[in-house]
Amino acid sequence: MSNSQALTKSALWDWLTTVDHKKIGIMYLVAGAFFFALGGLEAMLIRIQLMFPESNFVSAQAFNELITMHGTTMIFLAAMPLLFGLMNFIVPLQIGARDVAFPFLNSLGFWLFLSGGILLNLSWFFGGAPDAGWTAYVPLSSAEYASTGLDYYVLGLQISGAGTLIGGINFLVTIITMRAPGMTMMKMPLFTWSSFVASALILFAFPALTVGLFLLMFERLFGANYFIVEAGGNVVIWQHLFWIFGHPEVYILVLPAFGIFSEVLSTFSKKRLFGYSAMVFATLIIGFLGFMVWAHHMFTVGMGPVANAIFAVATMAIAVPTGIKIFNWLLTIWGGRIKFTTANLFALGFIPSFVLGGVTGVMLATSAANYQFHDTYFVVAHFHYVIIGGVVFGLFAGTFYWWPKIFGYMLNETLGKWFFWLFLFGFHLTFFVQHFLGLMGMPRRVASYLDGQGLNDLNFISTIGAFFMAVAFILLLVNIFVSRNDKAVADPWDGRTLEWATPTPVPEYNFAQTPVARELDALWYEKMQGNKKMPVAEPLGDIHMPNGSILPVIMSIGLFIASFGFIYHTYWISVVGLGITLGCMVVRSVKEDHGYHIPVEEIQQDKEVG
Amino acid sequence: MEPNLNTNQPKVNLSQKEKIKLEREMRHQIITFVVMIFFTVLAFISVASDLIPASFAVPFILILAAVQVILQLYYFMHLKDKDHEWPNAFMLSGIVIIIPMVAALMLLLGVVKF
Repeated sequence: MSNSQALTKSALWDWLTTVDHKKIGIMYLVAGAFFFALGGLEAMLIRIQLMFPESNFVSAQAFNELITMHGTTMIFLAAMPLLFGLMNFIVPLQIGARDVAFPFLNSLGFWLFLSGGILLNLSWFFGGAPDAGWTAYVPLSSAEYASTGLDYYVLGLQISGAGTLIGGINFLVTIITMRAPGMTMMKMPLFTWSSFVASALILFAFPALTVGLFLLMFERLFGANYFIVEAGGNVVIWQHLFWIFGHPEVYILVLPAFGIFSEVLSTFSKKRLFGYSAMVFATLIIGFLGFMVWAHHMFTVGMGPVANAIFAVATMAIAVPTGIKIFNWLLTIWGGRIKFTTANLFALGFIPSFVLGGVTGVMLATSAANYQFHDTYFVVAHFHYVIIGGVVFGLFAGTFYWWPKIFGYMLNETLGKWFFWLFLFGFHLTFFVQHFLGLMGMPRRVASYLDGQGLNDLNFISTIGAFFMAVAFILLLVNIFVSRNDKAVADPWDGRTLEWATPTPVPEYNFAQTPVARELDALWYEKMQGNKKMPVAEPLGDIHMPNGSILPVIMSIGLFIASFGFIYHTYWISVVGLGITLGCMVVRSVKEDHGYHIPVEEIQQDKEVG
Repeated sequence: MEPNLNTNQPKVNLSQKEKIKLEREMRHQIITFVVMIFFTVLAFISVASDLIPASFAVPFILILAAVQVILQLYYFMHLKDKDHEWPNAFMLSGIVIIIPMVAALMLLLGVVKF
């Protein structure tokens, strides 16, 4: 018994201290799935409240907290970490690397995200969650109108945002410096490419959020003034800063999802991706234009017709590279030997769903018409179509596609297809009718609506759709549980890219010998050449690996403690917390850590077993 | 420990080509250094002297500053050299993104409030 206790303890310690990109990826996925369920629960409560007119299921205050936390949780704590989880696990494998460029920072990024996410959600128990909407517009979010919940928002997002920034920079350096020999930029798989562009967007967009949150924090906590109009401030500054971050953020989410679809569609059509270089440049152009359109969230602020027109045209321009991508996907499956696996169903379902969201996007970009759409359910329908139809479908496609590689077993296809059809049906049932609710004039973010305005039926239908989605998600969890004994082979889908060249479960060092990539879709090329294995770039030898470290956990806990000091104006606690973090940084800088070597005998043993 | 670069380094025999290259590099460094000192003096004079109106001095020293930043990055921090394509690409894209952004914000929010 004592022995098993020691074993479980060491396993826990192993996960806390790990710097292995695969384990960090799994932790991102688990934490992201938890927050996804939480955000989904909040969504269900919102929909139940809106099921009937003048309903009193939750109070108006609770409703405001629910919509704020639903948006914030889904964007920052569910979609981003789930994508980061897939990127962490898959990108180093796809480029033939043994780990990311900065394994320690990778771990730090995860723990910062987790402590920020937990901090944000603790607000439910300490005086109420933030209630100013996920955009936290001032003056709603200023000290006069919002309680401590907003302090949790500011500090929680600041900490998890730092984690995201660290992660983004890490991916950039990894992809630039650690590609296997032969893999030029234009031979990288598209998921790696889109992760690269998304990371560049993180690098340029997150500082704007950091600045905005700092201004809000100083205004709320230390009596500074940037936004309060009576004291000479300007509330619009916050809106600009938030959307300079916020608009690239939606591309940070959707580009990796585009990458997943590109992989899935080409694998299950048994064809190479149509128009690879056009896809890469479309990704780059979307990334660039993403920075030039932020003010389309602010058409009704009163920027004037010239500014509105410029931002409207820039926004519509994004439809061009996105259209290029849509047609390339269609031409990828054109004439292919299509296999309708669950992953591919999600990719195929994505195309029409996302196009619907894109079309309403162009409608919203028409700045004159936007005065009519603004703050109605039309907007809600639009962004749920692009985020669920794009990002969430991408995540589910990626889940079913990479699950055998990540967790070592196959998800059940029958249950998976039930899950897909229920989710697709529920999704369209929920959000398609919301377009019409919006056009009828139902405002978003309002806790209730009056009877006899023609809104009852469509709201009822929408809620029924939400229940379908909830059942579908539960079906996914059931699937994960019941298929756990269906052991996966190394390459179950007859894959094209390097991650399928690794054994399952993937050994700690990924590749016993660094592979050489000779073509785009490197593994497929070797298969077509009749080679059983990838050509290698080095003889079998000892492998240098980084040591694990508990410091990232302690650093994150330090910032977590410091945040409580700031929120409750007890600054000695903040000093203690920041001291812990800075102390860890000093330890990290002073203590030499050269990693360790995995001896060649151990690798040979693994090879014989695998 | 840091290796002692002066004693432990093996003696390197440079080819004629490399020597010329190093000399040119040194000349570039010195010229840039002199130019930057000259710019600093100019900036100082334009602010200190009563003859030059502030309406000229402010944009003038901003332009000088911009040129100095470029010289610093490209000559002193080796951005012009080979194998610096990625830093170049990222700095350029950062600048390309930030210029319209700052311009738009100045127009929309007003320089005073910004």
